[in-house]
Amino acid sequence: MSPTAIFRKYELQNYVVYLGFIAIFLFFAVTLHDAGFTSTRNLTNILLQTAPATILAIGLVFALSAGEIDLSFGSAVAVSALSAAVVMQVLPMPLAILAGLGAGLAVGAFNGLLVAWLRLPSFLVTLATLGLFAGVARTMTNLRSIPVTNDFFTGVFGSGKLFGVPSLVWWTVIGVVIGHLVYRHTRFGAHVLATGDNARAAQVSGIKVPRVRFMVLTICGGCAGLAGLLYAGRLQSATYTLGESDLMIVIAAVIVGGTALNGGKGSIIGALIGSLLMGMLNNGLILMGLQVSDQMIVRGLIILVAVAASLRDTTR
Amino acid sequence: MTQPILSLTDIHKAFGGVVAIDNFSLDLHPGEIVALVGDNGAGKSTLIKIVSGVHKPTTGSIRLDGEETSFSDASGAREAGIEVVYQDLALADQQPVYMNMFLGRELTKGPLGLLDKRKMMNDTQELVDELDVRIPSASATIRDLSGGQRQGIAIARATHWASKLILLDEPTAALGVAETARVEELVLSLRERNIAILIVSHSLDQVFRLSNRICVLRRGQQIGVRDTATTDKNEIIAMITGLQT
Ligand SMILES: Nc1ncnc2c1ncn2[C@@H]1O[C@H](COP(=O)(O)OP(=O)(O)O)[C@@H](O)[C@H]1O
Ligand SMILES: [Mg+2]
Repeated sequence: MSPTAIFRKYELQNYVVYLGFIAIFLFFAVTLHDAGFTSTRNLTNILLQTAPATILAIGLVFALSAGEIDLSFGSAVAVSALSAAVVMQVLPMPLAILAGLGAGLAVGAFNGLLVAWLRLPSFLVTLATLGLFAGVARTMTNLRSIPVTNDFFTGVFGSGKLFGVPSLVWWTVIGVVIGHLVYRHTRFGAHVLATGDNARAAQVSGIKVPRVRFMVLTICGGCAGLAGLLYAGRLQSATYTLGESDLMIVIAAVIVGGTALNGGKGSIIGALIGSLLMGMLNNGLILMGLQVSDQMIVRGLIILVAVAASLRDTTR
Repeated sequence: MTQPILSLTDIHKAFGGVVAIDNFSLDLHPGEIVALVGDNGAGKSTLIKIVSGVHKPTTGSIRLDGEETSFSDASGAREAGIEVVYQDLALADQQPVYMNMFLGRELTKGPLGLLDKRKMMNDTQELVDELDVRIPSASATIRDLSGGQRQGIAIARATHWASKLILLDEPTAALGVAETARVEELVLSLRERNIAILIVSHSLDQVFRLSNRICVLRRGQQIGVRDTATTDKNEIIAMITGLQT
């Protein structure tokens, strides 16, 4: 067996993310021990901060697996958070939750319509809507931040706890479990993978390919909506920049987690680990005392290496 | 003779001004392999697509088990028990064999409708064993298989789902000699399943090895149908080309 065949047979690329995770964890644990990297408080913090990115990553796994991509979540998150915050000021809180999720779903469905039935490439469509909704987010409140003060809302989507477990951890777990079940163990998940793998084969097998494409982009929108609520809850405010910096991190998390850029293959659990890895990286670089500009450079380089390592096999 | 599984009567198909099929009639019986031969552009693939519901004939009738049918699309034909093995196989390369076997028709279980992977795997293993398609396992990934194994999977899939008819469009075009022989054995073994098989092939040797009857098309015209046992290559070649040899 050739090295690439062995690599593929044992799905070694799936383990790169786990190995990388452990390696980076150990590195920070040793070098940043005195800075408190391994303190419970810091590790919990990493977990809480990555919650929105993990939710976004789950949506992106579906999109990439179906052979599509979503870039628009970079601004859909802000539109959702702002919608929730604005509605909350004048209407009952449950409607604010619906507004936030609804805004995300609407962005996703809009992308989905253009991609599924007009057959426009999702890369271009969502690049355009990324810009479009970044503009919408800015005009919604004239660049102002909107405070989120409803205790129930900030509890459920931010600082609250249930059975001693922070609500953001609950959202992460719920998102990953449902995402994994749907992705690996339902007909829909199978149809997503088949569509991304060989759209023609999927179509002649009776799979409704346009519907799958529409659905994955709508799921991405829904995830952006939930991520927007989580940001609003944790930060107790909403602003137009929310989600902007997640674009690179989420894509990197998903790719590092073993999801193929060109469809047909992916992992929700891998995306979770990838997202935690990115969060850890972020945290470690800050604890190291690097300046923001240096953080960006180092993070970019590390992501390059990580992505290269995890893509080793896909160019067979 | 038994009632035909499929009867095509006076099928005519035009694409705009181009007549792709003109006045085509053919009966297919259970347990029979009929070969469809003709030069490039003769209309073979068009005919396959008409029977599989991809194209609607402009005029003419399709009867299945004696009943007049009209397929709105490929799903309609599939539901009626007609399966196609496409030239490009239509397999999802990065998915396991068993998921391809059940592509679009996945089995589920329980109140949540979760995939029944175990049953799909077992059924797949049973089928490939029965048909003697040799693959490492039902959970092997398609792209790790050879061309012959993939074609074996594609045919096994069609066999699993077809209750009436399997259409094969050049099933061995991309295969080597040994693999072609394996696939031919497989096709011959399907005869016992009491379904009809319509096969398009460019290899006359293959056509003579496999078929009971040979139907010749030339530029959309049905030139004739011959019993394989009572014709020979020269006659078929003359019919295909329109030249005397
Ligand atoms: N979708 C189509 N639109 C227009 N013309 C077509 C189409 N499909 C086939 N044809 C024409 O019909 C004729 C028969 O084609 P085809 O069935 O593919 O032949 P074969 O499979 O025997 O090589 C050709 O002249 C081809 O150009
Ligand atoms: Mg053809």
